[in-house]
Amino acid sequence: MYRYNDFDEAFLAERNAQFRAQVERRLSGALTEEEFRPLRLMNGLYLQLHAYMLRVAIPYGTLSSAQMRQLALIAERWDKGYGHFTTRQNIQFNWPKLTDVPDMLDALAEVGLHAIQTSGNTIRNVTADHFAGAAADEIEDPRPVAELLRQWSTDHPEFQFLPRKFKIAVTGSPNDRAVTKSHDIGLRMIRNEAGEPGYEVIAGGGLGRTPMLGKVLRDFLPKADLLPYVEAILATYNLIGRRDNKYKARIKITVHEEGLEKFRSLVEAEFARIRPAFGGADQALLAEIEAHFAPPAFAAKDAAAYEAGRADPVFRAWADTNLAPHKRDDHAIVSISLKAHGQTPGDATAGQMRLMADLADAYAYGELRISHEQNVILPHVAKADLPVLHARLLKAGLGTANIGLVSDIIACPGMDYCALATARSIPIAQEIATRFEELKLEHEIGPLKIKISGCINACGHHHVGHIGILGLDRAGVENYQITLGGDHTESAAIGDRAGPGFSAEELIPAIERLLLAYLEFRAEPAETFLMAYRRLGPEPFKAALYPGEAARDAA
Amino acid sequence: MSRAFTPKVVTANDLRSGEVVYLAETGEWVPEHGRAELITDEAEAQLRLLQAEGQSLTVVGAYLAEARPGPRGPEPVHFREAFRTRGPSNYAHGKQAEAAGATLPRT
Repeated sequence: MYRYNDFDEAFLAERNAQFRAQVERRLSGALTEEEFRPLRLMNGLYLQLHAYMLRVAIPYGTLSSAQMRQLALIAERWDKGYGHFTTRQNIQFNWPKLTDVPDMLDALAEVGLHAIQTSGNTIRNVTADHFAGAAADEIEDPRPVAELLRQWSTDHPEFQFLPRKFKIAVTGSPNDRAVTKSHDIGLRMIRNEAGEPGYEVIAGGGLGRTPMLGKVLRDFLPKADLLPYVEAILATYNLIGRRDNKYKARIKITVHEEGLEKFRSLVEAEFARIRPAFGGADQALLAEIEAHFAPPAFAAKDAAAYEAGRADPVFRAWADTNLAPHKRDDHAIVSISLKAHGQTPGDATAGQMRLMADLADAYAYGELRISHEQNVILPHVAKADLPVLHARLLKAGLGTANIGLVSDIIACPGMDYCALATARSIPIAQEIATRFEELKLEHEIGPLKIKISGCINACGHHHVGHIGILGLDRAGVENYQITLGGDHTESAAIGDRAGPGFSAEELIPAIERLLLAYLEFRAEPAETFLMAYRRLGPEPFKAALYPGEAARDAA
Repeated sequence: MSRAFTPKVVTANDLRSGEVVYLAETGEWVPEHGRAELITDEAEAQLRLLQAEGQSLTVVGAYLAEARPGPRGPEPVHFREAFRTRGPSNYAHGKQAEAAGATLPRT
């Protein structure tokens, strides 16, 4: 884990002191709201529907147990006793008072956390594979590079006024768990023919109003060229990205309108120009950062207790869904579901946060991760400890065995909190999860990604859900459009809109018809919803969603 | 032809707490939608909004929201504004949980 040095601490203390003074000037009238707004946004403070909201970055999704405890303390002392983990590895506090925010930021700084650049037209929190440093399929831990990018992008003077916000994701594994193709820049670590690690550089991805998958700018970029190359992309975009129209200002539009070849040639020219100026200081810093991410001293443990534990069907069901292969045979990666049926996806109470911190200390070398899928990960757990860990999670309501299933739904806050939303997301997620729990069909249906956004901005990643749901306002009523066949992984795809939207009441039965149709049509239980959709095409699924229309067509 | 003006209330968030507030006829900011002034004249609505925007030490983000008369004062028309009178649907937080508070001081 990265530990702040004196420079980092002094920087953050000064920045927090500046913001405290800015808040005081706003309250005294020395700053107007117009003047204050960009200052609060730079520090992650939004004004939402019912209250302010503070968005805190969890860089590359990594938290220490001490940091998690501090988030619990902040939730209790200054909020309503819970926090909401987001689809970009942030945590949001939904009820802070403006007058308390400077103290909250100081409390975050005590454990090396901040809210800088979690809003505004800047480089946002750099996200990474939530299994980083632990996954069996990993080439290299992507977090040192993500930390390098965090340090480079924080307060970078050239990139504080970009045409629009800018999101970077990094993965060190061939299985893309970081949704790199829907980011402004996606970095996928790969090996070249000589076996050296480097990056496939993807640019111009993004969801929102105009969903686009990122395009490959460089098939293979040597590791040492990464920072100057990323800087060249940003510099190019900063100059030619559109500032005349907010809806055309993201890099995806720049790449699309200029054309990939032209954009690439501009980036390569800028790269050639600035590369010589990178004399190795970045590589020295990276080497220093890499030392912070040395793996823990893994304790070898006999996994017999795990094998014996599998006799318990409740434990076995959880182990089958919530564990992922670790790079060590005697360890596993544990996903703690924040999606108990009927609960708000991504929410954790202060008590749950403390328990997860305690469990991390007891069984996971003090480390936790937050996934973009709004769950919490214990990245390194000895298999021998899994039965006792599971028992303690169950007691706290954190033992839900549903990772990757129907009820493991991504949902943005929607109109329950967000000022931009056009409809609610959370109640839809709650109702779908509750309904399929009643039907007891979740495990039968198997791997499925349902992703819900409460507006076209697509924080809920609906375009890349196997089933995507987009909440809209149709003539003053909440209305939900369904997309099918999206994919957020290395085989990324944007889903196809199925047809007219549904009212909130019609939506849940429609999803039920859709999934019952899948069970009927699938070739075998191993054929997932997405595989069946790809094999059969949209028609049978549309027919299930709109049975009346199929009958009319047949007539 | 321009559309007929629909009645409005002036709403905003309290600068310090962030709570949703409404402009009452007396010029006070109140937490209950039902106590808001229902403005039926377009020019008057614009004037009241300008006055509200001038109170930047009390509120933030003032705007006009559609409303209609009801038995207990003005009611929101759009579901977004209805949510703002209550709070989120996933927890009993916000106005639905809090007893009607005292009105905020005028500045």
